Amino acid sequence: MSVDIKTVAKIADLARIAVREEELAPLAGELNNILDWIEQLSEVNTDGVAPMTSVVEVDLPWRADKVTDGGYRDDILANAPSTEHGFFSVPKVIE
Amino acid sequence: MSELTRLTLAEARDGLAKGDFTAREMTAQHLKAMEQGRELNSYIVETADMALDMADKADHMIRGGNATGMTGIPVAVKDLYCTKDVHSCSASHILNGFKPKYESTVTANLWQDGAVMLGKTNMDEFAMGSSNETSFYGPVKNPWRATKADGTLDSRDYVPGGSSGGSVAAVAGHMAIAATGTDTGGSIRQPAAFTGLVGMKPTYGRCSRWGMIAFASSLDQAGPITRTVRDAAIMMESMASYDVKDSTSVERTVPNYEHALTGDIRGMKIGIPKEYRMDGMPDEIEKLWQQGIAWLKDAGAEIIDISLPHTKYALPTYYIVAPAEASSNLARYDGVKYGLRVEGDGLPGMYKNTRAEGFGDEVKRRILIGTYVLSAGYYDAYYLKAQKIRTLIAQDFAKAYEQVDVILTPTAPSAAFAMGEKSDDPIAMYLNDVFTVPASLAGLPAISVPAGLSADAMPLGLQLIGRAFDEETMFRAAHVLEHAAGFTATPKVWWGEK
Repeated sequence: MSVDIKTVAKIADLARIAVREEELAPLAGELNNILDWIEQLSEVNTDGVAPMTSVVEVDLPWRADKVTDGGYRDDILANAPSTEHGFFSVPKVIE
Repeated sequence: MSELTRLTLAEARDGLAKGDFTAREMTAQHLKAMEQGRELNSYIVETADMALDMADKADHMIRGGNATGMTGIPVAVKDLYCTKDVHSCSASHILNGFKPKYESTVTANLWQDGAVMLGKTNMDEFAMGSSNETSFYGPVKNPWRATKADGTLDSRDYVPGGSSGGSVAAVAGHMAIAATGTDTGGSIRQPAAFTGLVGMKPTYGRCSRWGMIAFASSLDQAGPITRTVRDAAIMMESMASYDVKDSTSVERTVPNYEHALTGDIRGMKIGIPKEYRMDGMPDEIEKLWQQGIAWLKDAGAEIIDISLPHTKYALPTYYIVAPAEASSNLARYDGVKYGLRVEGDGLPGMYKNTRAEGFGDEVKRRILIGTYVLSAGYYDAYYLKAQKIRTLIAQDFAKAYEQVDVILTPTAPSAAFAMGEKSDDPIAMYLNDVFTVPASLAGLPAISVPAGLSADAMPLGLQLIGRAFDEETMFRAAHVLEHAAGFTATPKVWWGEK
């Protein structure tokens, strides 16, 4: 499988990364080199093999559904590029 | 008393306990060495005032009889760890100016034990790289340079390995006694091998990942970078803990790893996997591996040939799994909550411009690969397939450990290379991790031990891979290997004041 310029543009859009028109072709080349190399995995027979979900055999811990922490509004906002009235602020999305 | 920067961690601990010197004196000497070593670019931020305060507190602990193995030890911290109110950016522009309001669990454990933070170390951006050339803050220089045939040092700069390149350069360049690293596919072990140091990654789940900036969550683990195996054992004990804030951290007692260093490996079964003998592997790597086998055999271990049949698929599997997880983890960088914001056409335009400017080329490549292998129509062919092969790789190891206690391999397929040599060829760069990635995919503990020098006098390492949660047996074997190798070389100082 290989990716064309259109596919690269679509992936970049999904990943929310702006890519200039002239960058698409070289990027497609780079990605195809990596994808060609990964392709060797298709020769491995994985019939009946369960996909890995956890490298160590442990059960996820349970806890009571209680609030044990919080009240850090100012700490959480401290690194934001833009805040207003104790909220994150973003460019306008509703006209 | 001028060479406190040359001590091992254990020597420093013992000297502090005896009162031969204070933590403040030792910290001050390191701060001076850091200033002289700035051209290596191993630190992104130096935290001198904080270090001296922490050293005073450590001296107080020592005087009060409350010292631990880490009390007063000057440590360099990889920029990937969140440290309260101190630059923590994973060497990425997208986290520009980020100073977290909280402390990672691993570093909190170290400070609790009295360790001293010298500063934050450089690294490949988001830990994606094997040469420390992808950092927003510029490449790190290896303190080691090759020796030419006429006996003089090469004037070119060499890479320190990656991604924990700043951490190893700080320790090898005598600007820290020890450092924290993180290992996703080899990011502690390969740079340790490139700089003549010990680098260890524990079993997945041994250390809390809380407060570590995520790359690939099913693989990321914290670990120590030190001068000796004993030092790694002391530091690992401090770093490891069960943490309710990380549901993948495992509730198990952390052993006293130093007690495992008995020097006795008689009857220990050491596995030698035939699949690690790669085409095109330099003779000196093969020779070193054979030498390592002979050392362990001489110490009374039993050598057993084993097979890990899916080894050759580990690296391509990793380059599906790790980018997939990265594309998901790095979705959080959107110009809203922290770091860089670049305005654009509306909200989507702001997201896209921020991420285009904030991420470097290698990070973008991996996000795009990850997005592709997870996208509709390709998920089964790539991601699910890779997760199935990951199961087969883990099963290979499980089967081998029915027969052996520890597995011995080379750490990396070459010594450190010159800067720029592989930066244009992603796959050539990825191949650096061919021997370290399999243990990462299986979640196993592994350690690199300096074992010899290449023909041009650059350090080479051997790797031991242990059973899950049996770091002790691995440490015991590593300690014996270290003593047999008797590696004492240090880099000739070419930086700073001549």
